[in-house]
Amino acid sequence: MQGLAGAAALTSTALPVHSARSASEPAYSPTFFTPAEWAFVHAACDRLIPQDAVGPGAIALGVPEFIDRQMATPYAFGKSWYMQAPFVQGPANLGYQLPYAPRDIYRKGIAGAAAFVQAKYGKAFQDLDAATRDSILTGFETGDTLFGDLPAKVFFAQLLGNTMEGAFSDPSHGGNKGLGGWTTIGFPGARADFMDWVDQYGKPYPLGTVSISGETA
Amino acid sequence: MASIKMKPVDAVVIGGGWAGSILAKELTEAGQTVVMLERGADRSTASDGAYPGSIDELEGNFRHKIFQNLSKTSVTIRNSSDQTALPYRQMAAFLPGEGVGGAGLHWSGVHFRMPPDDLILRTKVKEKYGEKFIPEGMNLQDYGVTYDDLEPFFDKAEKVFGTSGEAYTVNGQVVGKGNVFAPSRSDHFPLPALKDVYGANMFRKAAEEVGFHPYAMPAANASAQYTNPYGVQMGPCNFCGYCSGYACYMYSKASPNVNILPALRPDPNFELRTEAHVLRVELDGTKTRATGVTYLDRNGNDVFQPAELVIVSAFQFHNVHLMLLSGIGKPYDPVANEGVVGRNFVYQNVTTTTAWFDKSVYTNQFIGTGGGGVAFDDFNSENFDHGPLGFIGGSPVWVNQAGIKGIAAAKIGGPPGTPHWGSAWKKAMVDTYQHSVRMDAHGTNMAYRDVYLDLDPTWKDAYGMPMLRMTFDWKDNDIRMNRYVVSQIAKVTKAMGARDVHLGQRQPGEHFDTRFYQTTHLAGGAVMGDDPKTSALNRYLQSWDVSNVFVIGANAFPQGTGYNPTGMVAALAYWSAHHIRTTYLKNPGPLVQL
Repeated sequence: MQGLAGAAALTSTALPVHSARSASEPAYSPTFFTPAEWAFVHAACDRLIPQDAVGPGAIALGVPEFIDRQMATPYAFGKSWYMQAPFVQGPANLGYQLPYAPRDIYRKGIAGAAAFVQAKYGKAFQDLDAATRDSILTGFETGDTLFGDLPAKVFFAQLLGNTMEGAFSDPSHGGNKGLGGWTTIGFPGARADFMDWVDQYGKPYPLGTVSISGETA
Repeated sequence: MASIKMKPVDAVVIGGGWAGSILAKELTEAGQTVVMLERGADRSTASDGAYPGSIDELEGNFRHKIFQNLSKTSVTIRNSSDQTALPYRQMAAFLPGEGVGGAGLHWSGVHFRMPPDDLILRTKVKEKYGEKFIPEGMNLQDYGVTYDDLEPFFDKAEKVFGTSGEAYTVNGQVVGKGNVFAPSRSDHFPLPALKDVYGANMFRKAAEEVGFHPYAMPAANASAQYTNPYGVQMGPCNFCGYCSGYACYMYSKASPNVNILPALRPDPNFELRTEAHVLRVELDGTKTRATGVTYLDRNGNDVFQPAELVIVSAFQFHNVHLMLLSGIGKPYDPVANEGVVGRNFVYQNVTTTTAWFDKSVYTNQFIGTGGGGVAFDDFNSENFDHGPLGFIGGSPVWVNQAGIKGIAAAKIGGPPGTPHWGSAWKKAMVDTYQHSVRMDAHGTNMAYRDVYLDLDPTWKDAYGMPMLRMTFDWKDNDIRMNRYVVSQIAKVTKAMGARDVHLGQRQPGEHFDTRFYQTTHLAGGAVMGDDPKTSALNRYLQSWDVSNVFVIGANAFPQGTGYNPTGMVAALAYWSAHHIRTTYLKNPGPLVQL
């Protein structure tokens, strides 16, 4: 976590392609997101997990890179979802019923959100201050805004879910840089051997976190 | 796509999970030639459980690497028969398995014996409270077998699984500090109980203090090195926290892959065919005899495997689906309350309560073992007087800390009412993750006339077959049961000294919500019993209508249980196999004459 302390939190005006990484590590170039989408994803992830006194934020943790890399996996193409027609909408408690895989949800969702913000604020989402971005995201999370036939709620839930996955999954997937997500919450990662700590009742676990590849923090 | 006819075998086994592996092992021991058809991939600890690559939470619990691929086939779900059922498009409320080992590879390891009263629940309720106590529309039934019938098979399954636990009584003598409500056993557990994690230990002490009867949960997670009766070995569980959703890299969690298949694969009478998707069981012109099964092989060929005996042993609802697609047994009609296939479909009624402790108290929720923990049964089965309470059923209550990892911690977040993202979420999560204890009321769900399975009229699977349709909702009896039992948990969390508590209770009128994980403990739909009007299977899990078909799985439960189903499924598999071996093979035909 200390290693990330120097990482600049993304400000509203910064070009969001440079996240927290050592000077020697080249910036990540997205393969799925367009430059405009990439800027939106950064500006949104930055609010979902902000950089603060508690720990690193989504940008420092490489969450946008994680999401972009996920977009090349079968999951993002809906290969693990039942995607046969017809697509009939019903009560919310019967679950997701749209014909869109995660890649479609991002493409349509970001376009819809960007247009919504531009119309309401006359600016791009990434150019708004943090408080305004928070209020917009809250509106997407809880309100009834539609981006065409894609509810803003669906897009928000997709983005939030992937953001959490990126911040707290093994760094081999591109997020949780420097194991910063895991150290923030005190999760020891791939340590996975607690034979000697099962009955050390009430004490904090003494060993630091480790990734599948053996990276430590 | 070619049409291929295979060489006849004695028995074909559909599905490579616990039930299928047990039946295949028993039948090959009896000298039968057996072909096992598994629609998923072959799996082993070496390929799917190798450390450290296997302990990847994103791949395991979030991308469902070893679970069913819903893109091929799923189900449709609705709350009531006046709704249009919609496809279950994403894994959420329940997580069926796929591949060799089935759900037995990704399960947690909780390994119970069924309470004796649950097996004769209709009789027991009538006797204790009178028939009028049974609510209108509840199809309450007995199993047609008793605990004494099944005891040798519970014992056998525990020895195969290497189950850890502490007995209360063996052969009627009190021998230990096990569950005082548990029936007497013919032998001890093969391994001693696992250690309590801290949260479970706090729960144990508090439950004792308020007068309940806590015990170590029986767990098919080995507490020590073990060699089972098939000669396969297990290593001691190291509480790594990667049980549920993963192949155990320590060879500690029992699975068909670790505990049975190493002894079965080399048998010359046994053949495993993977990526073989069974389309239907074929019947002869009389519709009373199966001739074999038709499946699609990995190259899309249509293959007929002739067999004298067909064991349908896929997951609960796949078994019901195959029976409906094959025309085995009369489909259930909820309007007339007639027919049996699809009848008495049940789930499990689980809610989670969370207690938060001072920040100086580290509960280390990442330490875990899937089956271990501490439970009390004071409000399970017929262990308490239902008379004044006016509901049927109950819940064991437990701390079963299976290991909460990074992504799950983030998604759980802080206490209810705190935001799901942003700085407030982050602080709440960090303040609580290491200092919480979670406990479940793991309750029964009764069977109702208007809760059932049938074939969907609209949606088809990737093979052109109509998908299975679930009509399911929570009922007042079950909601009141949950609320009563959870209210008792408040006494325990108070005695634990929790700083704050959220009691997880169902709300009156609450509808089943497919979007949130609840449990994969689905049951019923092709139940066992003594009456062919109310059961699809006789007491040996043999189809009443097609006597060379046996259907093994939680589909046989007439109503939901408070316990996890695997222990009962394994015991029923050994029970059925025993009667096939000792009676059926000598004289094939119905094992129960009407």
